[in-house]
Amino acid sequence: MSPLKETWLSDYHIDGQTFESSVGFVETCYAEFDSLLLDSGLVLAPLTIAYETYGELNEDRSNAILLLHALSGDAHAAGYHNGHAKPGWWDIMVGPGRAFDTNRYFMICSNVIGGCKGSSGPGSIDPSTGKPYALRFPVVTVPDMVRAQRMLLEHLGIERLVTVAGGSMGGMQALEWVVSYPEVVASCIPIASTYRHSPMQIAFNEVGRQAIMRDPNWRGGDYYAYEHPDAGLAVARMIGHVTYLSDESMHLKFGRRLRDKEVYGYDFTLDFEVESYLKYQGEVFTRRFDANTYLYITKALDYFDLANNHGTLVEAFRDVPAEARFLVMAFSSDWLYPPYQSKEIVRALKGNGLDCTYVEIHSSFGHDAFLVESDQQTHVIRHFLEVTFHRLGVRP
Amino acid sequence: MPTTTIVRAPSGERLDHLFIVDLVEPGSRVLDLGCGKGTLLKMLVDRKNVRGTGIEISEERVYDAVGKGLSVYHGDIDEGLSYYPDHMFEYVILSQTLQQARQTVLVMKEALRVGRYLIVSFPNFANWRARLQLLLKGRAPVTKNLPYQWYNTPNIHSLSIKDFRLFAPEQGMRVVKEFFVGSKGRVTRWPNLLAEHGVFVLELTTAGEDQ
Repeated sequence: MSPLKETWLSDYHIDGQTFESSVGFVETCYAEFDSLLLDSGLVLAPLTIAYETYGELNEDRSNAILLLHALSGDAHAAGYHNGHAKPGWWDIMVGPGRAFDTNRYFMICSNVIGGCKGSSGPGSIDPSTGKPYALRFPVVTVPDMVRAQRMLLEHLGIERLVTVAGGSMGGMQALEWVVSYPEVVASCIPIASTYRHSPMQIAFNEVGRQAIMRDPNWRGGDYYAYEHPDAGLAVARMIGHVTYLSDESMHLKFGRRLRDKEVYGYDFTLDFEVESYLKYQGEVFTRRFDANTYLYITKALDYFDLANNHGTLVEAFRDVPAEARFLVMAFSSDWLYPPYQSKEIVRALKGNGLDCTYVEIHSSFGHDAFLVESDQQTHVIRHFLEVTFHRLGVRP
Repeated sequence: MPTTTIVRAPSGERLDHLFIVDLVEPGSRVLDLGCGKGTLLKMLVDRKNVRGTGIEISEERVYDAVGKGLSVYHGDIDEGLSYYPDHMFEYVILSQTLQQARQTVLVMKEALRVGRYLIVSFPNFANWRARLQLLLKGRAPVTKNLPYQWYNTPNIHSLSIKDFRLFAPEQGMRVVKEFFVGSKGRVTRWPNLLAEHGVFVLELTTAGEDQ
């Protein structure tokens, strides 16, 4: 496909046909739970989990799929919220006739705990003080996020999942699901992900956290009654965005083009298009994201190491049933979660004799590719799910 | 562009594929190195109910194989198979792949570490047509079976059936079965002269002694 193709603007094509394939208007739901014991040993009580569902759960409750979001994502994976022009974060992949076909599957997506989009997080009210938790919110891990999702599934009466799927941090949760609850998931689709954060990934996250914590408005996290640390959060987001793009995609998208000028300004205002883009992305982000949540989630990412409690990754997958199926995908220009990290996962799976497909999709979009490259992902995921579903003996 | 042209059965299926499908035990585990679009692997899954997986370097062919419902690893067989434990498969297949692998010996040895049998097929560079072209025209052979020019061929090794028969025992491998395909069908006599493709089933020499 052309590297310049702006997938999010185009009509949706499958095998040359165009489909009207949105799930339409959707609403976020909320489930309340008494408590959750966390990896840190602390207990989060009570807690709320925000979630959305698309499609219909079948009679024997066997067509459920759990979608898992990335760092800045939320429960709103597909369709439209009333009054908003932008669809959910994976709308290109979720809907009638799409990769995750809502005519066949019942899709669930929840906001991770520690988040700021409806699930309990540092911005939530601490019942013991009546004020936002801020840094009194316990540190959460990827396994904690997965435990919370398990509670949600029990609440929804779902005991078995056709697949768990997500990109980036979503892929880490998907892998954690397989290792924590191997009897629940029939298959797993980690995309542009890793089984543990590399020093480089930790380093970028730490720069983002420092940008937030060094903003005077951060006030040790207790900023909710005051002006928020928007400058710090914006810089964190700018750094993040650079790591989500690629050298090639920046050449294509911005080149060395100047912003609203013909010659250099010979000052330190905005000169280049790329500067303007980052400034805009940083500012937009502060309107929809909580700075403390950025600290908590990036920390959860940095702590993630699936091999940690098992010695090796091969050992970590030891209890996964032989029938489990895996689809691992990476993108050629993704330098934040490079293909080698996906291959490490694949090799550990194969070392256990597990059924695994791996595709390195050629793309210039960098890490962002999992959110925009719909054609190849759709082809591969659709066929993978068909076989998985068929083997489960499920008739949609 | 097809790597090779191989004589087909009336059903349209390649003779070398039919031979391989015929000999593979039902329900076995199969690894196809360089599985391409997955044509052979799909036949094995459908007819012999094998638990199959492939490795393929071309992204487009991986999509084709996935479209057939197969499990494929998108990668280079020269990366090795070190992540597989010993004896993971009953059969490892190198169908029209060996002549394109850089690390020929390593790939074959690894194949017989992770698999009980190695099935290898390759074009015979000593076929009489190729010999005549070299002898009479003085040109590097280009035939239906070896369709490439010297400058664009993916075949980095030129080997004959005789070469392979001499090579296998030197590597501690025993030929368990052979099958040869010529321009008109199966070849049973003078394969090094008449055959366009050879299919060999190999095992480790020591494997036989264990039993």
